Amino acid sequence: MKMTNEQARRQAIGAKCLAIVTGAAALAGCVQIETPDKPIEINLNINIKQEIVYRLDGDAKKLIEQNSEIF
Amino acid sequence: MDMRLKHWKPTGLALAAIVTTAAVAFAVPSAMAQRDPAYAAARADGQIGEQPDGYLGFASSPTPAIRALVQDLNIKRKAAYTERAQATGSTVEQFAFTSGCNLIAQTKPGEKYQAPDGSWKTRDGSPPVRDSRCP
Repeated sequence: MKMTNEQARRQAIGAKCLAIVTGAAALAGCVQIETPDKPIEINLNINIKQEIVYRLDGDAKKLIEQNSEIF
Repeated sequence: MDMRLKHWKPTGLALAAIVTTAAVAFAVPSAMAQRDPAYAAARADGQIGEQPDGYLGFASSPTPAIRALVQDLNIKRKAAYTERAQATGSTVEQFAFTSGCNLIAQTKPGEKYQAPDGSWKTRDGSPPVRDSRCP
């Protein structure tokens, strides 16, 4: 099947459109990151996490209740 | 034979009396396990208070007797925390800290506790200042 001039022209326009759309999408996908004006704080006291405290809370209450003479 | 029985009876009665006394003696302290009066007084006085780490501390410089009392209690607390930490798969510090959250929450008005910033505070009617990780 032989491609006519008209068909070839349409295909070229289609390819250009695709390139423009893809390029626009790529630009829109750019994420802008703002640098924080405050220094990032790292809490070094990481070996006691809140979730652990919550998990142990019931056991701690029981221990205090059962050993009231030392608490 | 007759003589023997006569001798055994009073012995048995005495034994029963001893057992009963022992049972009462054991039952009473466990039912009323309470604070040492010297400890209770130092607490009420605000000389000693609860720290966020789960141990007792001195809100003002202590007498040697109070220092010894607190050290003894803290050793006993550490032993209890260590045992529970092993049972719950946590570290002694984690278990002690969680207990500290509760112990500060349980302080009565007038008693002292240490805030996360290290300052000693007197408990009043409002909730105590505790670490943000406390439940």
